[in-house]
Amino acid sequence: MLKTLTEQFPPLSRHEALVEANRCLYCYDAPCTHACPTHIDIPRFIKKIPTANLLGSAQTILASNLLGATCARVCPVQELCEGACVLGAEHKPIAIGRLQRYAMDHVYNNGIDVFQPGPPTGKRVAVIGAGPAGLSCAGELARLGHDVTVFEKRELPGGLSTYGIIVLREPVDVALAEAAMIARLGVKIESGVEVPRDLSAEDLRARFDAVFLSVGLGATPALGIPGEEFILDGLDYISQSKMNLPELKPHPAVLIIGAGNTAIDCATIAKRLGSGRVTMLYRRTENEMTAYPHEYAFVKNEGVDFEFLTLPVRVLTDNGAVAGLECVRTRLIPHPEPIPGSNFVLPAQQIIKAIGQQKPSVGAALGLATERGFIQVDANLRTSQPAIFAGGDCIRARGAASTVMAVQDGKIAARAIDKSLAEKVAA
Amino acid sequence: MADLRINFAGIQSPNPFWLASAPPSNTGAQVHRAFEAGWGGAVWKTIGPPVLNVSNRYGAWHSGSNRMLAINNVELISDRPLAINLREIRDVKRAWPDRAVIASAMVESTPAAWQTIVRQIEDTGADGIELNYGCPHGMSERGMGSAVGQVPEYCEQITSWAKAAAKIPVIVKLTPNITNIVLPAQAALRGGADALSLINTVNSIISLDLDTLELIPSIGGKGGHGGYAGPAVKPIALNMLAALGTDPSVSGSGKPISGMGGISTWQDAAEFLLLGATSLQVCTAAMHYGFRIVEDLCDGLKNWMDSKGFATLADVRGKSLHRVSDFQNLDLSYRAVARIDPALCIKCNLCYVACNDTAHQCIDLVDKTGARVQPCTWDPAGNGREEAVSTRPQPRVRDEDCVGCRLCYNVCPVEGCIRMVEEPSGRESVTWQTLVNTEPAITNDWEAMKRYREAHGIDIH
Ligand SMILES: Cc1cc2nc3c(=O)[nH]c(=O)nc-3n(C[C@H](O)[C@H](O)[C@H](O)COP(=O)(O)OP(=O)(O)OC[C@H]3O[C@@H](n4cnc5c(N)ncnc54)[C@H](O)[C@@H]3O)c2cc1C
Ligand SMILES: Cc1cc2nc3c(=O)[nH]c(=O)nc-3n(C[C@H](O)[C@H](O)[C@H](O)COP(=O)(O)O)c2cc1C
Ligand code: SF4
Ligand code: SF4
Ligand code: SF4
Repeated sequence: MLKTLTEQFPPLSRHEALVEANRCLYCYDAPCTHACPTHIDIPRFIKKIPTANLLGSAQTILASNLLGATCARVCPVQELCEGACVLGAEHKPIAIGRLQRYAMDHVYNNGIDVFQPGPPTGKRVAVIGAGPAGLSCAGELARLGHDVTVFEKRELPGGLSTYGIIVLREPVDVALAEAAMIARLGVKIESGVEVPRDLSAEDLRARFDAVFLSVGLGATPALGIPGEEFILDGLDYISQSKMNLPELKPHPAVLIIGAGNTAIDCATIAKRLGSGRVTMLYRRTENEMTAYPHEYAFVKNEGVDFEFLTLPVRVLTDNGAVAGLECVRTRLIPHPEPIPGSNFVLPAQQIIKAIGQQKPSVGAALGLATERGFIQVDANLRTSQPAIFAGGDCIRARGAASTVMAVQDGKIAARAIDKSLAEKVAA
Repeated sequence: MADLRINFAGIQSPNPFWLASAPPSNTGAQVHRAFEAGWGGAVWKTIGPPVLNVSNRYGAWHSGSNRMLAINNVELISDRPLAINLREIRDVKRAWPDRAVIASAMVESTPAAWQTIVRQIEDTGADGIELNYGCPHGMSERGMGSAVGQVPEYCEQITSWAKAAAKIPVIVKLTPNITNIVLPAQAALRGGADALSLINTVNSIISLDLDTLELIPSIGGKGGHGGYAGPAVKPIALNMLAALGTDPSVSGSGKPISGMGGISTWQDAAEFLLLGATSLQVCTAAMHYGFRIVEDLCDGLKNWMDSKGFATLADVRGKSLHRVSDFQNLDLSYRAVARIDPALCIKCNLCYVACNDTAHQCIDLVDKTGARVQPCTWDPAGNGREEAVSTRPQPRVRDEDCVGCRLCYNVCPVEGCIRMVEEPSGRESVTWQTLVNTEPAITNDWEAMKRYREAHGIDIH
């Protein structure tokens, strides 16, 4: 059973990597590089693979994206680099993500540190949240010689890379190895510290010259239906699957409420644990699903069922255990409206909700301006307070959020912070 | 259906494809299987004095994922006893009377040695003898192979010794390791050769091992120059074949030529035929893929001949030789420009960077409105497939600046996407040869050249 919940793709063999790398045309001003949110010089790193210059290849990747090992595994490449590959239209695009992993594995498996800390500047920066945005920003600042401390409320660093992205895509070790690499750049990571509970805005201001907020988003919001206490939070379910897999049990029938990428991940875990029937419920139709098309195709292939135009009404229990979910059909006009009298019951022993994440609360707590609940920033990712910057999911008011975009935010913010610190010195 | 039969200096063969003298024709059993596969003939692996071979004797040149674009070897002539080779040649010829069986030979440079080997070969019933003057390693150090082929006088003399003894046709195989291939060819003809064959292998060192710093292949820590053959040598072979075909004394002799050097496909074969070859020999391609390749060599060649209306190989032979020209006779007023088909273009920008960095800076990148855009100027906050693809500029050639050098055409990865299109230059045809006669000043005076260009509207930026 456990075997099925391991990394989906094996590493490329040397031969596979050579054949694939040799297929790359080495485009000039390549569209894949443009499409990669961190703008890795993709043809450059790929061309270094067949010549066995794997260190140079890894350097090329990490120069644009310090979390290249995570991104190589979790990026929705069909929507990004590979989706823009010139070989995509009629042939198979280059497997950029897997080649990137090949080069990254080389440095991690051989314990090679590609970058060193920069000469100390004496400036102190606090990073709040050790997810991809925070680690990227911290690493870039350390390379520039700043003294960086990351405060993370959870036990382990990595954010959703550690706790939220299923093992099929990214094993925990990969995220932790990356965080350890960032730490070796001189970044101090203090876990178990929640802002502002354990560290106030005043403390931050007193101890640091600048702050980067990379707190991501919150827990799954409430559905507001009777019996909700019996419903599992999808993020907890996934985190269990990474940290404590033996605790999770299969069930004859499992319901997943929601049809985004997180819901798909929950359904995948339930199915691979050996559950019988796994059904995803969505109040709209296939056409409005927010999941990536390749993810939807993947989960259908896993044997997951769908109930579209379906809204949960209340949880049915039997002797304190989940017995089913009463639902009602909806129609789109264009918002989903329940159709009176269309109630029906889906039997289930386990119900999981995966309907998005709550907006970050830290922004308001620190007195920052917000936009639709997200922290408001300018083009340099500066918040309404000049010494505080923010990036990652907590600012992503529009469009799909992804790890690689969080990494890019960290990089952009690090450069802006570095510039603002230099200006302060000059002033 | 086109007829592939040939008559090569009196040697009959059902098709023009012969195994070259090399490992594929090392034994009777191999040649027997090759004939079963359909080869028209075989030139036996060179026989001669006793030798000993070494291990790791084949190196290879790979490019990207393409294996063995060339092979290089330090193999000697046959290391099997002469008597066994002679017996097997006899047996194969008896079993395959309709195929061309030719014995390649290389012996000590004395009339007696050559007379002996010629007689021994004729006793087997072989159809012809090929004199190997080409082997660039090992045998040359013993005064044989290319040590003969590189000196026209020796070439003539040894050919005449062999001819003096031979009743069957004598083919002289030429080495490419010489500045002017025509000289040994003429010498061989003076010596009485009935036919020529070319090319043997080219001197080469394949590569070095960057861990051990040894040569590749390493023979107990050492290596050296070996003979280079396979697809990579084809252009060299074609050039030498054309040099013979356009030399009046060689082509005027009417002696047939067996062409080889890099033939792997029927298309390669057709090119050798068009430049004057009568029979075609193959070694490396057979060593790479086995004897079965002959099926497509014959089939593809026949289909092409049918599509072109060529009934026999005589119709094809030398058909392109009249187009071989020296530079001084090329039309200086001929003008072609590169034309990109936007419907086929995948926007890899390889043409752009090649032209911009290393040719004449005449390809622009333009956006949907046709306005020029600078490369590498996208927004760092931009991302995703949609944006990258929808804002991707299109390369466009500025006709007036294009010198028609053909670099972009060569780098473009999409078949048919860039074409070199003939454009009227508005100038009368003229060759350098004519200018040397009519405008001698321009050949050594830049001011005179400037006046000539201005007068004829030739603008080079
Ligand atoms: C289930 C799931 C699957 C996903 N799969 C993919 C995928 O396959 N590919 C992809 O590209 N993207 C995926 N994403 C999105 C991706 O994980 C996020 O976009 C990315 O992790 C955002 O990075 P971040 O650093 O902004 O936030 P996070 O990764 O959420 O990190 C925020 C960190 O801040 C900490 N924190 C929060 N508040 C505080 C506080 N007050 N004080 C101190 N620390 C705090 C948190 O504990 C956490 O460690 C997925 C998301 C989910 C939910
Ligand atoms: C391994 C090897 C051994 C060869 N041995 C001989 C030889 O004994 N006698 C000879 O005349 N040519 C020899 N040749 C040269 C071939 O006959 C032929 O001229 C040359 O390989 C070019 O043809 P190709 O490109 O089809 O291989 C040898 C070539 C190779 C690769
Ligand atoms: S980081 Fe992600 S989007 Fe960028 S090249 Fe790597 S796999 Fe593609
Ligand atoms: S677009 Fe494709 S072929 Fe071109 S450089 Fe990128 S990966 Fe290589
Ligand atoms: S090389 Fe060919 S395919 Fe590539 S951009 Fe130029 S014309 Fe288009």
